[in-house]
Amino acid sequence: MNLAEGVQIVSFGILAAAVLISALGVVLLKNVVYSAFLLGGSFISMAGLYFLLNADFVAAAQVLVYVGAINVLILFAIMLVNKQEEYAVVKGAGVRQVATGLVCLGLFALLGTMVVSTPWAISSATPAGDSSIVTIGIHFFTDFLLPFELVSVLLLIALVGAIVLARREFVPENLSASGEDEALMLPERQREMVSSRDDN
Amino acid sequence: MNPGIDLQGTFIESLQGFGLPAGAAKAIWMPLPMLIVLVGSTVAVLIAVWMERKVSAAAQQRIGPEYIGPLGILAPLADGLKLVFKEDIIPAKADKWLFTFGPMIVVIPVFLSFLIVPFGENLLISDVGMGVFLWIALSSVVPIGLLMSGYASNNKYSLLGGLRATAQSLAYEIPLALAVMAIAMMSNSLSTVDIVQHQSGYGLLGWNVWRQPFGFVIFFIAALAECERTPFDLPEAEEELVAGYQTEYSGMKFALFYLGSYVNLTLSALLVSILYLGGWEAPIPVGLISSTFNISDTTPWLQVITGAIGILMTLLKTYALVFFIVLIRWTIPRVRIDQLLNLGWKFLLPVALANLLATAGLKLTFPAFFGG
Repeated sequence: MNLAEGVQIVSFGILAAAVLISALGVVLLKNVVYSAFLLGGSFISMAGLYFLLNADFVAAAQVLVYVGAINVLILFAIMLVNKQEEYAVVKGAGVRQVATGLVCLGLFALLGTMVVSTPWAISSATPAGDSSIVTIGIHFFTDFLLPFELVSVLLLIALVGAIVLARREFVPENLSASGEDEALMLPERQREMVSSRDDN
Repeated sequence: MNPGIDLQGTFIESLQGFGLPAGAAKAIWMPLPMLIVLVGSTVAVLIAVWMERKVSAAAQQRIGPEYIGPLGILAPLADGLKLVFKEDIIPAKADKWLFTFGPMIVVIPVFLSFLIVPFGENLLISDVGMGVFLWIALSSVVPIGLLMSGYASNNKYSLLGGLRATAQSLAYEIPLALAVMAIAMMSNSLSTVDIVQHQSGYGLLGWNVWRQPFGFVIFFIAALAECERTPFDLPEAEEELVAGYQTEYSGMKFALFYLGSYVNLTLSALLVSILYLGGWEAPIPVGLISSTFNISDTTPWLQVITGAIGILMTLLKTYALVFFIVLIRWTIPRVRIDQLLNLGWKFLLPVALANLLATAGLKLTFPAFFGG
């Protein structure tokens, strides 16, 4: 075993442990904020695993998209809402948790046996490494052109949908007695009458 | 293309000459460039801080630091020492763990990005194929640290500062990436070394800034916003938010933020000079001068001189940009948060997209000038 292999094995161990621990933390911790931060840690460790597999474009894209965009948005949403809520204890929580655990274990066992029993066709070609972007680009514009374009249309639809949801136009329906549009009025406490006269 | 000075090969060979096995020699070599870059970037920060103090003093017709070392050059060092010896306070109601991790997450990606900064054809830690893309990906991690420290401080100003920082970097990341994309399209590569080599050969005239004037302006504005420099320093706008996400920090943790912001500043200036100002290329190419005097490219002393000029040129361009950025800070007022977001989303983003489209069109029409 030479130096490179040793480094690879050790970093694989560290990354795998980080993925598992942070993923468990996401699920098990009570505080939503911790879960969100640990989700970022899990994504970054996944990116490290991609680096180990010589897929550096996928790794960088993973960091950019999942950590830099999705996780930041999740955190942003949590912090803008910033609701400190004490969750009421649900009746029969123990039974529910055991049932959930069983279902999860079953799913894990199912996926595990699938991974072990499938005869994977492992390619013996040397990994593309630094030229992986070129290979990916060629595939995007030749044999994967249709899925690529369809995904871009899907993203456009999502973009337009988000704008439509965010920019809801208030249609003036119910006008108050003074003729103001109630939908546009902020709910405010009635202010005390203050004399507007200038006493000087 | 000559191989240039191969420091790694020479170092490993000389260690093997002492009877070390190849693996051990390589293991000794590996931390060296990282250490040099770490120390070098910290020194670069000290210079940037000194420049900030001196230039701000000049802008306000003061003298600035004078007695600490010649021309006050040791003032930033004194700053750093003061911060090291200050008491490290964690507020009682703060979230201890997140409060500690926040500054680290801000600083680590910035230092990691130095991985791709070249000071010469062979003078960089690693010529990663991802290059600039890696930098964009890494710099997108920073807002998480800012949000973390803003949340953990348990302070309204901190939280607002963290949220503002995140909104800002989300808004400006996209025009930044689109400007880089136009450069990558022209250079046919994301690697920083290839990008500089694509600008080489014609000296001053070959620099990307002439081919990408709009891209240069977009990148510069977006980089200013990413570094949270005036006129975009809203996350720490002192009149509104005390000091934003840094409000509760003191001692070494504050020093990490301080260091991080100045490393980010020098890193952005370095990347502007690499992407648009020809990186290590001198205004008059060294190759042209040496060929007029009939000196071979492989002459050892010429290679040493070329390397030295490369480092000098990179730093010169970088600090010229840092000077300009500092001058901006002391002359231009801060924008409002709505103006900032409008500028990012409604102006820079469409302009960057149009720039990308125009670059693609020009590349197809004039492949000789815009990289075939």
